[in-house]
This record gives sequence, structure tokens and C-alpha cells, in this order.
Amino acid sequence: MSVSVTELADRTRRRQRREAFVTHACLVLGVLIFAFPIYLTIIGSTHDVNTIGRGDVPLVPGGEAVANYTQAWGVGGGRFMGVPAGVMLLNSIIMAICVAVGKIAISLTSAYAVVFFRFPLRMLFFWLIFITLMLPVEVRIIPTIQVMVDLNMTNSYQGLIIPLVASATATLLFRQFFLTIPDEYVEAAKIDGAGPIRFFLDVILPLSRTNIAALFVILFIYGWNQYLWPLLIVNDRSMETVVVGLTKMIGSGDSQNEWNVIMATAVLALLPPVAVVVLMQRWFVKGLTETEK
Amino acid sequence: MEKKVYFKGIALPYLLLLPQIVVTGLFFFWPAAQAVRQSFLREDAFGLSSQFVGFENFVDVLSDPTWLDSAFRTLIFSASVAVLALGVALFLAVQADKHIRGADTYKTLLIWPYAVAPAIAAVLWLFMFHPNIGIFGRMLNALGVPWDYKLNGNQAMLLIIFAAAWKQVSYNFIFFLAGLQSIPKSVLEAAAIDGARPMRRFWTVVFPLLSPTAFFLLVVNLVYAFFDTFGIIHSLTQGGPGKATETLIYRVYTDGVMNLNFGSSAAQSVILMILVIVLTMVQFRYVERKVHY
Repeated sequence: MSVSVTELADRTRRRQRREAFVTHACLVLGVLIFAFPIYLTIIGSTHDVNTIGRGDVPLVPGGEAVANYTQAWGVGGGRFMGVPAGVMLLNSIIMAICVAVGKIAISLTSAYAVVFFRFPLRMLFFWLIFITLMLPVEVRIIPTIQVMVDLNMTNSYQGLIIPLVASATATLLFRQFFLTIPDEYVEAAKIDGAGPIRFFLDVILPLSRTNIAALFVILFIYGWNQYLWPLLIVNDRSMETVVVGLTKMIGSGDSQNEWNVIMATAVLALLPPVAVVVLMQRWFVKGLTETEK
Repeated sequence: MEKKVYFKGIALPYLLLLPQIVVTGLFFFWPAAQAVRQSFLREDAFGLSSQFVGFENFVDVLSDPTWLDSAFRTLIFSASVAVLALGVALFLAVQADKHIRGADTYKTLLIWPYAVAPAIAAVLWLFMFHPNIGIFGRMLNALGVPWDYKLNGNQAMLLIIFAAAWKQVSYNFIFFLAGLQSIPKSVLEAAAIDGARPMRRFWTVVFPLLSPTAFFLLVVNLVYAFFDTFGIIHSLTQGGPGKATETLIYRVYTDGVMNLNFGSSAAQSVILMILVIVLTMVQFRYVERKVHY
């Protein structure tokens, strides 16, 4: 005997509902795996030092939020000389913005030179920029420190920023993009009597807006999250960036640490980059999948 | 691809390239050349003079059993991080690609960890797995599992693997999702009409079409695990207990910056440089060819 049409439709609907439920369950679990550590840290930052130190890990907020964040922001924590999170956040923001803007600026001009001009050794310069991809700080630690010492650039913003502004990926991306700009644009500019600088400012920059926005997000995160470089270049604690400063507060992880202040600092260190990614998600996702492919 | 129409001028393009070339020359090529030079020299005990020793530093490094241990450990660590981060990301991306309510919200909630610095990810995992103050660390001890990553090498390794993979999932997720969205729906519908069940559709249609993305991500994840996890190890275990979590990069840092053993550190740097060059070339060869299986 055959099954009626409504019976079949019912079965399909039930199956689809079941499948949707499983999908939601998996995704919620995934979201929780990523959200839980942050939740725990935020909760920890609202309790006093003894509650956490005793090991009574709370799962609901306590009443010490204002005190903890005030201390983290203005005084710092840890048994060694604390650095206020306010100072470290300012250092991180200056570093991240300057690195992002610097990388974008010098990559735009280099790509423009390589694509829109013909001059001797053009491709050699392009390859020199490309090869820097293969020379991360990690593989040239000691000699780079030596250069920084010789140039008197340790413990300074210039030292934190300038060596990081070279960018092979950004140059490659802009080159790729410039190559798609039709020749007619250049011809039209020439007929109108616009020179290369005029063309760059009035045509190239406006056309590159989306690429610039996307790269800004990626490079801001890159600058904010630097670890080895500030660790090597900075030992004056007033120049500390927040990511390195936070791990210095933890030290070897003694139970007697001021964990409440450390957790408040961790939340403050997370906030700016996460906000940038979430608010600029659309550009960021587009930029990431296009830059690195 | 080259432009047929371009601007005249020689001085301007050099001027536009100048900033990038100066930065790469001073902070990339010069130190890299110094690293290569130092790798062939050995300093006397007082650091007063150095002499050319040929490949002796390399022979010493490559025949040092503790270095080989580090290399093997790095391999295990990197492979585990890559497999874990790719597997979880692929699974979540497949779920999030389905037509379900709230798909965009799930995506945002899975993308934001991209903004978390590796060192901060490590700190979040420390808050969870600290033997005295971490909720899971205490739980394990209460259940009779003697958990202390500061004493047990395997537990320390496990912790840095999880922290490193946790941070990398969102990056892989973004790329897998972009890959999934570029698969034509008609191909999947054809397979469904032919009677292929969802699992079969995934392994015979979706996965082969995703394999270029997966291969690209595998290289990126290995590079990440090799070089960008320095912050995780430095803030969580400092390479310990003993040498249980000392990866090759961490070792370059300890030998060069802490133990001031420049010749050996430089030789290790050069070995790692060769590794990055190989990995980068593999990555770009793939991009040039755009393999489809």
C-alpha cells in the first residue's frame, strides 16, 4: 500500500525540523566554546581578589566591578611595579593605528609606482618587497635588535612602529587591484592633462576605498596583537603594550596574583580589537578572503 | 599581466618606492644577512673576537639531541594545532552554511575570536585550567586527575595545543565558509536528485571542491603554529616544565636573547628561514596554479 501525499510531506517536514535542530545544537555548542572563556574572565573581573585566589570560581557576577576596573585602568596590578591599563591601552592603540596606516600608505605608493610607471629595476624592487614575506622577525631576532640599538630606536614609538610598516601582502593586494583598473582611465587622465599625482589622489584613492577599509581592520588587529616585537624592543614599562603587559602581570602564574585586576585588564585588552572586527565585519571578511588568496 | 598605458617619469616612482625599500632594507634584509653571517662565526667566551667556523654551528645544532627533540615536539604541536583547528572550523562552517534561522548571528559569534591575540588566548585558557584558580583545573583535581600544567609536561603541551587551535578556528572558519558559498548550488542539487545522501554529498562533492581551500589553510595553519604561537608559549609555560613545550622558535629566543649564544641562535634562525621560504613557495605555487582536483 502506498503512503499518502500528506503523510510523505509530514515525514519530510519532521526530518527537516530534526536536521535544523541538530544544526542549531552544533552551532550553539561552537559559539559556547568560544564565548565561555570570555564569560568566565568577565565574571572574574567583578569579584574580589580573595574569591578568585581561594579557587571558588564564581559563575555569576560579583559586586567589585567598579573597584577592579578602576584599579586596572589607573594603577595596574601584580606584585611587581604595576603599569596602569590606561597607559598600556594608549600605547597599543597608537601602535596599532600607526602600523595599519603606515602599512597602507607605503604599500599604496609602492604598488602605484610598480603598476603605473616603467623604470629600471622595477621588478627587482617588487620582488624585494615580496621576499620580506619570508623573513618574519622570529627568524632574525638578534641582528634586528642590534640594528634597533645602533639606530637608538629601542623604547620608542618609532621603534615599535617603523620596522613593522613594510608590507608585502598589502603591496600585493593593491598591485592586483590596480592591474584591474582599465587603461582608459589613465588615457582619459592624460588627455585631461592630469599628472600622476593628480591621478593617484583623484582616481586611485577613491577607487581603493573598500580595499583600504578591509586592510585597515586586518592590519589594526595585526598591530594590536604583536607580541615578540614589543617584548624585544621595549623594557621601559611606560612604553608597554597591553598584550605583553598583561602576560607580565601574570608572571609565572602564582595563585597569589591579583587575578581580579588581571582579568579586568584582559577584558580591556580584548575590547578594542573585538569591537573593530565585529563592527567592520563585512569589509573585514571580504578583505581577508581576498588578500590572502 | 602588465599595463600598456603608463605615466612617464623616473624620479617619482623611485620616490614612491623609497619608504618601503628603506624599511625592508634596514629591518629585513640587513638583519637577515647578519643572521646568515653570524651563523658561520663563533665568538670567544668573552665576546671580544669571533672567527669563521664554516658549517660548525649548523653541525652542532643539527646533531644536538635536545634540538632534535625540539624539532620533533614542534612537529607534533603544529600538526595537532592544524588538524584540530581545521577540523572544528570545517565542521562549524558546514553547519553555518545551511539555510537556518539566525545564520548571520552564528557567523558573527564565530568570527570574533579572530581579534584575540595568541597571547591573550593563552591567558584565557590559563584562567580556565589553572590548577588552583581555574574552574576546569580544579574540577579535574577534584575528580582525582592530578592536573597541574606547571609540573606535567604532557598537560602543558595539551594546554598550548588547545589554546593555539582555539584562536585559529575563526580564521579557518571564514575561509571555509567563503569556499562553501562559492560552490554552485546546481552541483549539489544534481547530486541530491541522483539520490546522494547528505554525508555522501559532502565527501564526494563538497569536500573535493573545498580541497584547494583546505590545502591553502593547512599551509597557513602550519606557519601559524610554527611562528605565531610564540606568545602562547611565552605567556603560558615559558617552554617548560623542563623543555616540554619548547618549540624551535622558542628555542631561538632562549638561546639568543636569554643565553646570548649568538652563533647557535643564528644557525637556528637560518634553518628556520629556509623552512619559511619553502612553506611560502608552496603556498604561492598553489595560488599561481589554482589547483582543482
